[in-house]
Amino acid sequence: MLNLALQLGQTKTPEAVLFWILAPLAVLAGIGMLFAKKAVHSALLLAWIMITLAFFYIAQDALFLGIVQIVVYTGAVMMLFLFILMLIGVDSSDSLTETIKGQRATSITAAIGFGGLLISLIGRATVGHTALGLAEYNVKGNVQSLAEALFTKYVWAFEVVSALLITAALGAMVLAHSQKIKSRTLQRDLSAARFRGPSLSTAAGLPSSGVYARHNAVDVPALLPDGTPAPTSISATLKARGDMLDSKIFELEVKEVEED
Amino acid sequence: MSVEAVLGMDPGWISLVKGLFVFVLCVLCTLMAIWAERKIVSRMQMRIGPNRTGRFGLLQSLADGVKLALKEDLIPAAADRIVFVIAPVISATTCFMSFAVIPMTGPINLFGHKTFMQLTDIPVGVLYVLAVASVGVYGIVMAGWSSGSTYPLLGGLRSSAQVISYEVAMGLSLVAVFIYSGSMSTSKIIDAQQHWWFCVTLFPSFIIYAISMVGETNRAPFDLAEAEGELVGGFHTEYSSLKFALFFLAEYVNIVGVSALATTLFLNGYHALPGLTFTEQWLGGWFTLVWFLAKISLFFFIFVWLRGTLPRMRYDQFMKFGWKVLIPVSLVWIMIVSSMRLMSNQNASRSVVLAFAVSVVLLILAALALVDRSKNKQIEEDSVFEYAKPNFPIPELPNKKMGQLNG
Repeated sequence: MLNLALQLGQTKTPEAVLFWILAPLAVLAGIGMLFAKKAVHSALLLAWIMITLAFFYIAQDALFLGIVQIVVYTGAVMMLFLFILMLIGVDSSDSLTETIKGQRATSITAAIGFGGLLISLIGRATVGHTALGLAEYNVKGNVQSLAEALFTKYVWAFEVVSALLITAALGAMVLAHSQKIKSRTLQRDLSAARFRGPSLSTAAGLPSSGVYARHNAVDVPALLPDGTPAPTSISATLKARGDMLDSKIFELEVKEVEED
Repeated sequence: MSVEAVLGMDPGWISLVKGLFVFVLCVLCTLMAIWAERKIVSRMQMRIGPNRTGRFGLLQSLADGVKLALKEDLIPAAADRIVFVIAPVISATTCFMSFAVIPMTGPINLFGHKTFMQLTDIPVGVLYVLAVASVGVYGIVMAGWSSGSTYPLLGGLRSSAQVISYEVAMGLSLVAVFIYSGSMSTSKIIDAQQHWWFCVTLFPSFIIYAISMVGETNRAPFDLAEAEGELVGGFHTEYSSLKFALFFLAEYVNIVGVSALATTLFLNGYHALPGLTFTEQWLGGWFTLVWFLAKISLFFFIFVWLRGTLPRMRYDQFMKFGWKVLIPVSLVWIMIVSSMRLMSNQNASRSVVLAFAVSVVLLILAALALVDRSKNKQIEEDSVFEYAKPNFPIPELPNKKMGQLNG
């Protein structure tokens, strides 16, 4: 611990300033990420944490790692963003009801265990060791040294990790893949179907909303020649939601003119 | 002395002056670009274009900017206010950041300091540009999500999917440049092009980069994120006034940015055309800026030309093109480039290199022939399949005699 404190004292001033500005922001963002109601807000805060981490890496001579951190993780967070939107919904917020019995207790235990594991591993790697710093390692150039380490000394670990990632990606694709039951309807089939139907009334497309009515909003149906609303002129979703308006209310008041 | 060392000796105020210069240059480029785009497109469509404000309508975009700034700033009731305000700011700030590593001039004299018009030169400069661009997409996605309505959301999602897929192709096209120049710093890449520009030696990479940069900037024919026929205005439908102006600015600065990167990576940056290198000494080295801007204008003209010529692609075709054409082609190309590089590093004899090149060409030709054959087969199958005779009258086709169908 004493060693760690000494090292902190040796940090250069600009780096220290950077640290004391960005680190609190990163911690705040982390707390915010946990407590944000909307999943999208959490994802955005996560992106911010990733970017601050990249700044720290760059400040500590690991230029390549910092830049790659931004390239890779902003893309990853973006995917998370898409998944949130696709799987949970646009305006989803957290519900705190427990659906699986005993889930909370299990997850808290697992989290404490994982945290303990992390702390012990990081402690084993740092406490009692003097940090050499990257300056010595960067003599041949940061990228070159990193490439050399990755593709000679750690090539096995590197390949195993990439195999793991590829397996995960393949698994996700297999899970998400669905077999097509019938062949896709092509534009040509659709066009033929329009003409083959019982009547040719839809051959030129469905009527637009508001035709012959006095209002042309999307929720005001078109009028048929006899004055009744045309059901096909309105989106089925609007109709199902009950958002369809009656075109009667937009009609002008007919003044009864008394003729003598 | 290397560029990195020279830039490292810049005092702080010189960096500030350079930053200001880059910013002003980008804004001016945007104003000129909007005017030039309107003028060029109108010429292509047999119109005259803006010609009322200032000489040749040069002040038109300035007037439009003032008009935009004076409009009412609306925030929809359904919007997520904080994200809605941050989104255009992210878009507009990140687009300027990529210019920090772009070398714009050769050695020049700036207030008595010998330096280059480049803010900083980092060993991973090109990756830095990619990183900044990927942060920039957040502006678009956040704008789409926070607007709280359907069309912007769809536009934002399209844009994120588009940028993620085309960034892969773009990154792969850059790999060949890194392999051949042995560096990822912009200044060293320019140095590596002394004899041959990379647009010649790495022609396939150049083409892939040029295509993916149009996809990356959401420009026609890849402007699916703001397809007005389908999505009203796309991600910026709900924006007005200055916030909209920021998105507009970001779009054009991004175009200039990717063009500047293309210039640096493939067209030898600020250097003159071969045979005209004596011009680089003119105006105390500042004339190189003219060459740089001329090359950017060339790319910008192509952007406008594409917009004036091509219709917008369908979304699925666009994605298919990115994943099934651009990425495999660039992967194969990288394989070829790295093999060639390895051979030249190990001093392979000329006959070996030649044999390798010939076999690669033969393999590609064979693959193309196979694809062609399967395509022909498909067409034959399609033509066999005939629709049953329709039960309504259809007009006679000019080349084909048809029997009486009805009555």
